[in-house]
Amino acid sequence: MSNAKTLFDKIWDAHVVDEQDDGTCVIYIDRHLVHEVTTPQAFDGLRNTGRGVRRPELTLAVADHNVPTTDRSQGIDEEQSRIQVEALEKNCKEFGIELYGMDDIRQGICHVVGPEQGFTLPGTTLVCGDSHTATHGALGSLAFGIGTSEVEHVLATQTMIQTKAKNMRVSVNGALPVGVTSKDMILAIIGKIGTAGGTGCAIEFAGEAVRALSMEGRMTVCNMTIEAGARAGLIAPDQITFDYVMGRPMAPKAGAFEMAVEYWKTLHTDDGAKFDTEVSLEAADIPPMVTWGTSPEDVAPITGAVPSPDGETDEGRRNKMRRSLEYMGLEAGTPMTDIKIDTMFIGSCTNSRIEDLRAAAVVAEGRQVADHVQALVVPGSGLIKELAEAEGLDKIFTEAGFQWREAGCSMCLAMNADKLKPGERSASTSNRNFEGRQGPGGRTHLVSPAMAAAAAIAGHLTDVRDLD
Amino acid sequence: MDKFTTLTGVAAPLDLINVDTDMIIPARFLKSIKRTGFGKDLFYTLRFDESGNEREEFVLNKSAYRNAEVLIGGKNFGCGSSREHAPWALMDFGIKCVIAPDFADIFYNNSFKNGMLLIKLPQEQVDQLMEDAKSGANATVTVDLEAQEIHRPDGEVIKFDIDPFKKHCLLNGLDDISLTLQKENKIAGFEEARKSQPWL
Ligand code: SF4
Repeated sequence: MSNAKTLFDKIWDAHVVDEQDDGTCVIYIDRHLVHEVTTPQAFDGLRNTGRGVRRPELTLAVADHNVPTTDRSQGIDEEQSRIQVEALEKNCKEFGIELYGMDDIRQGICHVVGPEQGFTLPGTTLVCGDSHTATHGALGSLAFGIGTSEVEHVLATQTMIQTKAKNMRVSVNGALPVGVTSKDMILAIIGKIGTAGGTGCAIEFAGEAVRALSMEGRMTVCNMTIEAGARAGLIAPDQITFDYVMGRPMAPKAGAFEMAVEYWKTLHTDDGAKFDTEVSLEAADIPPMVTWGTSPEDVAPITGAVPSPDGETDEGRRNKMRRSLEYMGLEAGTPMTDIKIDTMFIGSCTNSRIEDLRAAAVVAEGRQVADHVQALVVPGSGLIKELAEAEGLDKIFTEAGFQWREAGCSMCLAMNADKLKPGERSASTSNRNFEGRQGPGGRTHLVSPAMAAAAAIAGHLTDVRDLD
Repeated sequence: MDKFTTLTGVAAPLDLINVDTDMIIPARFLKSIKRTGFGKDLFYTLRFDESGNEREEFVLNKSAYRNAEVLIGGKNFGCGSSREHAPWALMDFGIKCVIAPDFADIFYNNSFKNGMLLIKLPQEQVDQLMEDAKSGANATVTVDLEAQEIHRPDGEVIKFDIDPFKKHCLLNGLDDISLTLQKENKIAGFEEARKSQPWL
């Protein structure tokens, strides 16, 4: 029998504390991120049972989901949001966990903050009570989104109970065409395999087009792995990863860093390792993508049209398409570029990093947001905001008519004041176009940052490659 | 956690694929710091119109299904977010068991950790149960976890598979944390061995 292992096998095997005969494993967790929405009940659970936090130094907390993105000097207006943020502060204090509060420059979206601080490292296991935890897989960290009961379990034991996922590999061969980004790549992948295409699997992303991506681009790809139903997404660490990690505040210091890199270099899939499922795409075939429906698998090229349910053979799928089109207020056959928008949102843990803001600023520079469009740019963290301002990106945005906000989840899930009104339509760089995701009755089209900026300027969905 | 042994109750048909967690409980209702009270906002957008009045056509608003304890769903049930508020909302409403062709992973785990039973069945069998459920409140189903059986209203029995560990925990109402803490010495041993990687 061959001993060849996949990247996922290697990280998994290095973390198994105990395995039962039926395959149920206790696996060790190296890093845990917590935020205000999915944790108060977990801390309550600890208090009720008189349990403590096993390794508080392995947990990092940040308030992100419902903090305001406008002026914060007066605190949070909305009472229930304030209660959640205060509960997080109180819990972190009581249990000795480091917290980046609302006024900390390091505050931001948990999945942006982890890598930025060097908290996320290759070869580690990382969990967070948020499904987009898969983001951290971009650094070669095995990262799972977990529920509140599991958060409590990790706090109390520094482990979690899991059965091993299956191995799946998605390869994107060749080079992406000009004007096509990592967001288009992952939308194309989800369009191909479907929202349940990765259920039960850990997906490794491979191929030249993936290797060529920057760390930011890789995070965008891994971030949306959950939209394909997978438990985790992974990219093997390489020089791009090591360069990204080096020197970050919580990264290993000189000496330990070199030792770590030696180990990280062993984290790749061996030749001959077996995958349960393999899928491959040609990068050259991927155009800029947009979604037309209410599931991230409902994608179309920007050069295409809204599809017709009549062409769908599966009945459940056909009904779902009809429902989506009705909700979205769209007619089959409408060219994608004819779809007018009211709002544009650049932000979320998918696309709020410095590279995303730069890509959008290139499009925004010297142009104007269409009169009827409200455009929001929400950086992923306080530090990204500061860097963007040092580069003058905020000026480019505000002069072009975009609003420049404080860091947080914002209109990704509409828990704070940033939300769509019923019937409003947005071009959004976030990750979910579910019904009501960006506000009750709101209609979402998922796109890349450059495509979002282009749509804000044109006033309708448009091909960024056509802007003159 | 409450034990789950057998359940006899009304099954409500929710004939939709990709029922996501934002549908089950929209994000704006996640602001409580408790585990209870989410049932009133379950399926909010499907259940209520813009002015907050019940939509007559939605299954859980029909008198036959108001007290449903079982939900029959479509493919990829529970996709989307990791929010445990989704199973909390279902349970707070009174749903104790969901039967569907397949479930999203995180939702699946979260449900069992709260004592809710999720059953995966082949599409044809889900279709049969969906048809049964559509005939209303007189057609109750019985779910017997110990025997791994579903009894249809006409008496026919459908067998189902379940992970033995999950079954054991549900039948005995066991809390994962206490089970794991029994392995404390293994965890400590692992941490000791880990010291060879000082950057962790
Ligand atoms: S930005 Fe959106 S997806 Fe990301 S953590 Fe925040 S709410 Fe979740």
